[in-house]
Amino acid sequence: MSEPSHPSSDWRRFIAISALLVIGLAAAPLWADRAGLRLLGEMYSLLTLALLWNLLAGYAGLLSVGQQAFVGIGGYTLFSATIFLGVSPYVAILLGIVLAALAAALFAPLLFRLEGAYFAIGSWVAAETIYLVFTMIPQLGGGAGMSLPAAVVRGIAEDRSTREFIIYWLLLAAGTGTLFGAYALLRSKVGLALTALRDNPTAAASLGIDIWRAKFWTYVGVAAAVSAVSSLIFLQKLRISPASGFSLNDWTVTIIFIVVIGGIGRLEGAIVGTAVYFLLREFLANLGPVYMIVLGTIAIITMIFARRGIWGFLEARFGWSLLPTTRLPPHEDKI
Amino acid sequence: MAEPLLSIDRLSSGYGDFQALFELSFDLQQGEMLGLVGANGAGKTTLFRAIMGLLPRQQDMVRFRGQPIGALPTSDLATLGIAMVPEGRRLFRSLSVEENLRIAGDYGRKGHWTLERIYALFPILAEKRHAPALSLSGGQQQMVAIGRALIANPDLILFDEISLGLAPIVVNEVYAAFPAILASGVGAIVVEQDIARVRKIARHLVCIREGRIVLDGAAETLTLHDLTVTYFGE
Amino acid sequence: MNVIDTLIGGLLLGGLYTLFAIGLSLIFGVMRLVNIAHGDFIVLAAYIAYLVIGATGLHPLVALLVVIPIMAVIGYLLQKWVLNRTMGDDDVLPPLLVTFGLAVIIQNALLAAFTSNSMRLSAGSLQTSSLPLGSIQIGLLPLFTLLMAVVLVIVLEFIFARTRIGRAFRATSDDPQIASAIGVRADHIYALAMAISFATIAIASVFLAMRSNFDPYSGPARLIYGFEAVIIGGLGSFYGTLAGGLVLGLAQSFGAQISPNMQILSGHLVFFIILALRPRGLFPKAP
Repeated sequence: MSEPSHPSSDWRRFIAISALLVIGLAAAPLWADRAGLRLLGEMYSLLTLALLWNLLAGYAGLLSVGQQAFVGIGGYTLFSATIFLGVSPYVAILLGIVLAALAAALFAPLLFRLEGAYFAIGSWVAAETIYLVFTMIPQLGGGAGMSLPAAVVRGIAEDRSTREFIIYWLLLAAGTGTLFGAYALLRSKVGLALTALRDNPTAAASLGIDIWRAKFWTYVGVAAAVSAVSSLIFLQKLRISPASGFSLNDWTVTIIFIVVIGGIGRLEGAIVGTAVYFLLREFLANLGPVYMIVLGTIAIITMIFARRGIWGFLEARFGWSLLPTTRLPPHEDKI
Repeated sequence: MAEPLLSIDRLSSGYGDFQALFELSFDLQQGEMLGLVGANGAGKTTLFRAIMGLLPRQQDMVRFRGQPIGALPTSDLATLGIAMVPEGRRLFRSLSVEENLRIAGDYGRKGHWTLERIYALFPILAEKRHAPALSLSGGQQQMVAIGRALIANPDLILFDEISLGLAPIVVNEVYAAFPAILASGVGAIVVEQDIARVRKIARHLVCIREGRIVLDGAAETLTLHDLTVTYFGE
Repeated sequence: MNVIDTLIGGLLLGGLYTLFAIGLSLIFGVMRLVNIAHGDFIVLAAYIAYLVIGATGLHPLVALLVVIPIMAVIGYLLQKWVLNRTMGDDDVLPPLLVTFGLAVIIQNALLAAFTSNSMRLSAGSLQTSSLPLGSIQIGLLPLFTLLMAVVLVIVLEFIFARTRIGRAFRATSDDPQIASAIGVRADHIYALAMAISFATIAIASVFLAMRSNFDPYSGPARLIYGFEAVIIGGLGSFYGTLAGGLVLGLAQSFGAQISPNMQILSGHLVFFIILALRPRGLFPKAP
């Protein structure tokens, strides 16, 4: 377990470096081209989703395989609210947040009845159900999906570059906001409850922590945040279809691999995992299916031999910890 | 003296980073009944778990008939001739009384103890043979747990707090089976809170406190005062 | 289409779903393990059957005699070498994530080896034959599938209730530590349970592949149907799983009568309704 308190000089240096990094990234429109910005934006969005999934699985013990449900809801709400209600994209994003939270709050009481591992598949069924409902609404374009009209897009900014900068900054804000928000949350009383819950549910219950409630609000809160990020992603993509909005591969498989490889139950793990994921993609993506086979194999090997992922390994080996959150690692013991 | 049945040699063990046993050593002779006493939390159950391999230990820390068994997996011990009557009985809840006995017989050794002989020892179990194990009273469940150990025809049985939670009269009933059990030549270590009872059945006493042996000797040489001191310290 | 038709169609479909479910039900009962790749292994087995049939020209049902042992060995080794390493400390994450990784690997490996074109196993005359029952024609293959499911459920119930290995399965499920103390090797028992689960996967695969098209991505839906059947029926008994499979089949069959794209959705809805009203399923094991 890492010490929760930093020596203050290290801490100040860490804050300074992080601030410089964020400022440098915020200035990316000055030093990166259009493709570079897009790549960075994509990294931030996957990082955010990975951080959120890590909160669910790594801390609240909710191994969801159905996060694509809330990605789809966020994306579709953006498109349909701007098109049919004529609201601005920002209002549509807020609507998406509310809808995703409502959907999560509706399914959570049912899904939480499923024991441990069965929750995973249950959350997947919930996502499939929402997906099927969306394909059945003719106004949403069925399987073909829908496009965001130019008029709506211009609501953000008139010219294309400014628009892309704004979306870039929003994604950066989502990434950094989620990272430091999750950090603050995990070091707060609620976070301690979550951590206790994940490490020892019985003890957490005896401490008077309402487990059900802690799980419920984590699930609902993460759904809302996923929906917000998704709106930004599809604001950039400008097209959505049920297959892309509710893609298990893009929004859940990839994210789970990122977190597992980087280090589950570690905030740093999501960052490391995202970096590794993009590196691997850079070199292996043209291999097609082999690329996914490699990713899956790495994830399995990680789970068997280094259960706490790359970051957990580094932490144990060198005592590194950027964002300590007083969480005990899962046991390494084998039967 | 002949080779001991069980030798514990500087046995240390514990749970994760928490060490609960510190270099325990003692011997148990063939067919001998050893009483293991000590206060709650002294490490008696931990010692049993370490002997059975349910907690980590090392190759030479436990020897059975001279053979080091400290590196063997738990599941190999039944065929070597070691059985346990665990604290809290821990019967298999989805198995009937007879199935609880039968499964131990399936995986144990063949010998004197058969299903019929267990039923002769505890006739009530024959009556309830098809009942779910957990539907029995506490004393009857304890009989099943003892029968489950016996039917594997072990040379050594570890009895852990078999009177725990039972009415005194029921405890007498359970202990009434002991002469028959010992007559079959089996050695035993008995963990028991009731010191007077232990002194009656065990000729050899080992007392542990805070994971260390504080007394080891023949029952008749140890006074009640000695034992009380070991429980609570000087 | 009348109600009787829909009813019979639903029950027959339920037979197939029971075949998907039974292996899941078994390994959850013995070791609380959920195999996310269950459906993908069904598809993998279908491709193995395709290869076996291609090499030997056997009828799919005869080819099962080859596919069952192959899958059982795969299941045994998977559990022994891979999954057992992730079990034993109450953390459900590692085994779940390993099978999740396996699911992705199998899908992509099948895609690389067989392309995404869908295929089907030809069952010859079995495919087209039907049994007249009054005014209704009952397809022989779906009927045979349901019979297979019922037989499998009875056989597994018998194994669990009456045999030595069945006692070991239940004892290990109840208390793995005490089971090992009486000489039962949990790792071997777990591997045997997975081997039997994979034998049912082989059977499910051939009946699926004779009945409908499959491709490398057909797995997840089979997992979900199997899972729904297990939960609807209630954990802990194979008869429950059979009932769950039949209820799911009926739900989908009646849903399809409302509108074709309601078929799968109705199954999901019934699943959630059961979860809301009877969270322990229709036929839970007595506590």
